[in-house]
Amino acid sequence: MKHIFLSLGFLVFAMQDLSAATLYVSNEKDNNLSLIDLDSLEVIDTIEVGERPRGITFSKDFSKLYICASDSDSVQVLDVGSKKIITDLPSGEDPEQFALHPNDRHLYISNEEDAIVTIVDTESRTVIAQIDVGVEPEGMAISPDGRWAVNTSETTNMLHWIDTSNYQLVDNTLVDQRPRHVEFTHDGAMLWASSEIGGTVTVVDVSSRKMLHQLSFKIPGVNQDRIQPVGITLTSEGNLAFVALGPANHVAVVDTTSYEVIKYLLVGRRVWHLELDNYDKYLYTSNGVSGDVSVIDVNKLKVIKSIKVGRYPWGLAIKP
Amino acid sequence: MTGSAYLNCFYGILYRELYRFVQQRSRFLSALVRPLLWLVVFAAGFRAALGVSIIPPYETYISYEVYITPGLIGIILLFNGMQGSLSMVVDREMGSMRVLLTSPFPRSYLLICKLFSIALISSIQAYVFLFIASWFDINAPLAGYFYLLPACLIAGLMLAAVGLFISSLVRQLENFAGIMNFVIFPMFFLSSALYPLWKMREANDWLFQVCQVNPFTYAVELIRFSLYAKWNGSAFMVVAITTILFVLAAVAGYNPRMGLLGRKATGE
Repeated sequence: MKHIFLSLGFLVFAMQDLSAATLYVSNEKDNNLSLIDLDSLEVIDTIEVGERPRGITFSKDFSKLYICASDSDSVQVLDVGSKKIITDLPSGEDPEQFALHPNDRHLYISNEEDAIVTIVDTESRTVIAQIDVGVEPEGMAISPDGRWAVNTSETTNMLHWIDTSNYQLVDNTLVDQRPRHVEFTHDGAMLWASSEIGGTVTVVDVSSRKMLHQLSFKIPGVNQDRIQPVGITLTSEGNLAFVALGPANHVAVVDTTSYEVIKYLLVGRRVWHLELDNYDKYLYTSNGVSGDVSVIDVNKLKVIKSIKVGRYPWGLAIKP
Repeated sequence: MTGSAYLNCFYGILYRELYRFVQQRSRFLSALVRPLLWLVVFAAGFRAALGVSIIPPYETYISYEVYITPGLIGIILLFNGMQGSLSMVVDREMGSMRVLLTSPFPRSYLLICKLFSIALISSIQAYVFLFIASWFDINAPLAGYFYLLPACLIAGLMLAAVGLFISSLVRQLENFAGIMNFVIFPMFFLSSALYPLWKMREANDWLFQVCQVNPFTYAVELIRFSLYAKWNGSAFMVVAITTILFVLAAVAGYNPRMGLLGRKATGE
């Protein structure tokens, strides 16, 4: 009997492993999401959503997808099972990027035009706090322990540290021009921040909130002013970081120990954001101008395919 | 004449070509240096020039070096095919071919053996080039390296046949530069070796049309698709038909009763 249960358990595990994961891509200009089957690497569905969808993120159980519909001035909630928008959350004006707190309940939203961060309770659908930050807030990340929410302001060139226990802005870290995206390391000890105009990535020590290291990039044959870092992602082991370099059309692969760039990978035009799968096997990039998603084999550090999606793909999220 | 005699004859011609290939190290080196210069020097300036469109057989954006690699294999086959075949001009006057052409073997068989030997040696050079190219991070799928061999052989046969046909028209090889200027360079530049045809069409529709009727374009595309383990039926058909036509034309050219040589010799 025990063997039967074990076999059944293995079968269920195997079936889960076999069932294909799906990559959700927000298409900024087409007001929809493209769904890519990650086995066949083909677009299998398109879902109409609000205007100018940008940042997207799943709830912990993957039953809901939150969508920043910037020009609809709302964060929409998509029921993943029925593929229907079930509600709009009060997000403040022009939401661009957001981050879901580890409590799976509080969304921290950047409101680009109002220079504020709005915190929304996704269960009660109410705004629980609004915090003044620098001009043109954009990037948003929450530390793995849930203590810090960090927001970047594109014009003030700062990282704003928000204490999530009392929703107070407690510190600022000055970085290079136009910070666009922030990403915590998986152990929460460091924060990586990209500066689009500065062309750099700043690594910040979370405990002191001071700069530890600054990376710059140089791609043979590409003009330096086209190197504009935006999206960042780190492998779960934390040994590699990937940085999307915007109109340079490359993704930089960085050794996180030496902070050396190991390789530059050619992807589509104006690469914005990055998403790693759960096994760190494949990395997906949204290429805004060429309207496609490039697939990178992480072990081989090779781009294996580019998949056409809608116009101006922006946000990426994987449903296992 | 037995089958083994034919086989011996083929081995003889192949051995002679291989021997010449091994002996003429400078020729081998220059055949390698030429495409490597294109790859390392010329392509470096255009590295990011092509990352704007995805064209089959590629499934993603590629650097210029990756794009021109099949074209550079093509240039190896083109130069080697032309040089190998044009050496017939001297060979038939004073070399071993002079003896062979008077042997009881059919002239067409001798010429095809010569063409096949040239194609085989060209293919070896193509693989050496690919090995060096891998140092510059230019790699293809493993299956592609297997599919490449038949593609190189047939493309090499075609280009050698074109060279053999030309050699049947010239009496003395005094001006190889003329052949370079009027045959090799136009074939190379007016093809998809250096630029994809859609780029050529953007620049000039007339040039695009010329590229489309250049058999070298199809040889390069056959190599390109094979290297990425993909099949290109139309390129294969064009290369196969061109090969047959030029082999027939070259055999006719070397026939003393039909060819230009015979007419020239008899003063007709």
